Amino acid sequence: MMEKVFKVTADSGIHARPATLLVQAASKFNSDINLEYNGKTVNLKSIMGVMSLGVPKDAEIKITAEGADAAEALAALTETLAKEGLAQ
Amino acid sequence: MSKFIQGIAASSGIAIAKAYRLETPNFSIEKKAIAAPEAEIERFLAAVDKAKGELEKIREHALQELGEDKAAIFSAHLLVLSDPELLNPVKDKIQAEQVNAEYALNETASMFVAMFESMDNEYMKERAADIRDVTKRVLAHLLGIAISNPSLISEEVIVIAEDLTPSDTAQLNRQFVKGFATDIGGRTSHSAIMARSLEIPAVVGTKSATAEIRNGDMVIIDGLDGQVVVNPSEEVLEQYMEKRSRFEAQKAEWAKLVHEQTTTKDGHHVELAANIGTPEDVKGVLANGAEGIGLYRTEFLYMGRSDLPTEEEQFEAYKTVLERMEGKPVVVRTLDIGGDKELPYLELPKEMNPFLGFRAIRLCLEMQDMFRTQLRALLRASVYGNLKIMFPMIATLDEFRQAKAILLEEKAKLQNENVPVAENIEIGMMVEIPAAAVLADQFAKEVDFFSIGTNDLIQYTMAADRMNERVSYLYQPYNPAILRLIHSVIEAAHKEGKWAGMCGEMAGDELAIPILLGLGLDEFSMSATSILRARAQVKKLSKEETASFKETILSMDTAEEVVAFVKKTFHIN
Repeated sequence: MMEKVFKVTADSGIHARPATLLVQAASKFNSDINLEYNGKTVNLKSIMGVMSLGVPKDAEIKITAEGADAAEALAALTETLAKEGLAQ
Repeated sequence: MSKFIQGIAASSGIAIAKAYRLETPNFSIEKKAIAAPEAEIERFLAAVDKAKGELEKIREHALQELGEDKAAIFSAHLLVLSDPELLNPVKDKIQAEQVNAEYALNETASMFVAMFESMDNEYMKERAADIRDVTKRVLAHLLGIAISNPSLISEEVIVIAEDLTPSDTAQLNRQFVKGFATDIGGRTSHSAIMARSLEIPAVVGTKSATAEIRNGDMVIIDGLDGQVVVNPSEEVLEQYMEKRSRFEAQKAEWAKLVHEQTTTKDGHHVELAANIGTPEDVKGVLANGAEGIGLYRTEFLYMGRSDLPTEEEQFEAYKTVLERMEGKPVVVRTLDIGGDKELPYLELPKEMNPFLGFRAIRLCLEMQDMFRTQLRALLRASVYGNLKIMFPMIATLDEFRQAKAILLEEKAKLQNENVPVAENIEIGMMVEIPAAAVLADQFAKEVDFFSIGTNDLIQYTMAADRMNERVSYLYQPYNPAILRLIHSVIEAAHKEGKWAGMCGEMAGDELAIPILLGLGLDEFSMSATSILRARAQVKKLSKEETASFKETILSMDTAEEVVAFVKKTFHIN
């Protein structure tokens, strides 16, 4: 399993549009990808799961990926987070 | 026999066609035992695929007709239909409990709806409605019930509905939908705003349209007077066809004025500008030949979301508007929130008297981070066009000075960072508080321009809540008290060589235009669809003549007297 920790920089945290982008990016991979925040873990391919976390600005989040394309998935998500100015 | 239903005129024009009822069927979900779970899961997934196909089309349509902003919601809807946390539990339930797909889906979706509804955040609560909307589409396919689908309409119709949701209005095809009438809503409800941007006649708030109109009834929508006529007699039908041709002939006449200057008979130029809320509105502004934007209400950038827009998002919006206006003036009003416009995520305490409370510039001077972010975005965008900035709800000179100082501070910071900022940005203020109007001569020394916000100026001057129907008789734009205030603001501006505009409802009013022209108003900012009518009117007026009635009008006793005089003098019905 691979994991990476990020700090959310988007003023609005991870809601609506950012959530849509992340889920779209995660759904392209076969690995199991999860998002952890505040002791809760949700499936990063689930829009409702991600939205239900209500991740705010400055939050620390962890993304974990497990599967054949875990490394690519993590790299792609890191890029999405950076490119959209969501987290680093 | 003709039946007349009175509603609220939401979008002008006359439409005549057959009624098409847009109905939301009631689903009754029964729990049934099934023998072949595999086949049931197949049936479920097939229904999901059909729903996705429909949503793709709706999204495409929304993208073309309404722009990316409004289409984004449907991308999220599509993701809900791919959500493993929704699909897997439904499949498991069908398999494990051997129940029908409708029941399994309804149970699972209800759980999510309940979860979002219980959240302590307005924005998240609204997501429950999204899940319900999407689930309904799948259920309709499972049950074999036709869900209302406005995009399938392929003959000329008038849509009749209780209300129109965003997904309904996004799908209306202008080619076939000639107009619509709804039971609920007002002039500013979502459906009314959409009708005006689609430029189709609409009447809202009829209370009884769905109760009284059947599919296939012949219907007339009179979006000028807010009337709906059901099954009109020959005679009535003819009257309305005539009214329609008159309206269309006039519209064609006005359309010729799109590229003309707004000049009075005696050669004086005034500027006709438009009020907008989003970059998407610029299309209508240009199509109607506005000479600028007199009011860009930035609060829409902050509404309908769960948190503040970033500097980058705002910069993009302001830049888009400035670029699309190609050097024509764009007056941006900084955030005017509070009063009747709430932002749930700011978590401001409820107030007894929100219109007299912590709002607009008062709030911005206190929450400076938010204010500075907006100002930076504006300053960065300033190099892409002709930007003017104004502050809302200024009561004292000190407030204006503070706001201006913050703006100049941010400008200096940007310049230190080598970010280009336009040099000549005019800085003005809204005049909507009587104290500012009375002291306009002092303000005029420090501002670059005034923009009179009549809606609030009238309610504050008359001390009458404009939302309260029992005191609505006091909402009197033509009261000489109001006209004298407006006059002194204009005079004060001119004395210092500054300009004065107006951006309330009054600026586009047929009766107000001759008065305001006579008082010397320089800029009239109104809804885009009023511009050509106003231009046609101004071209027929002589500024000198209107000015000659100034003293007479300002010395009248009552609003009624003013109205009667203007109607008679300028032959307005």
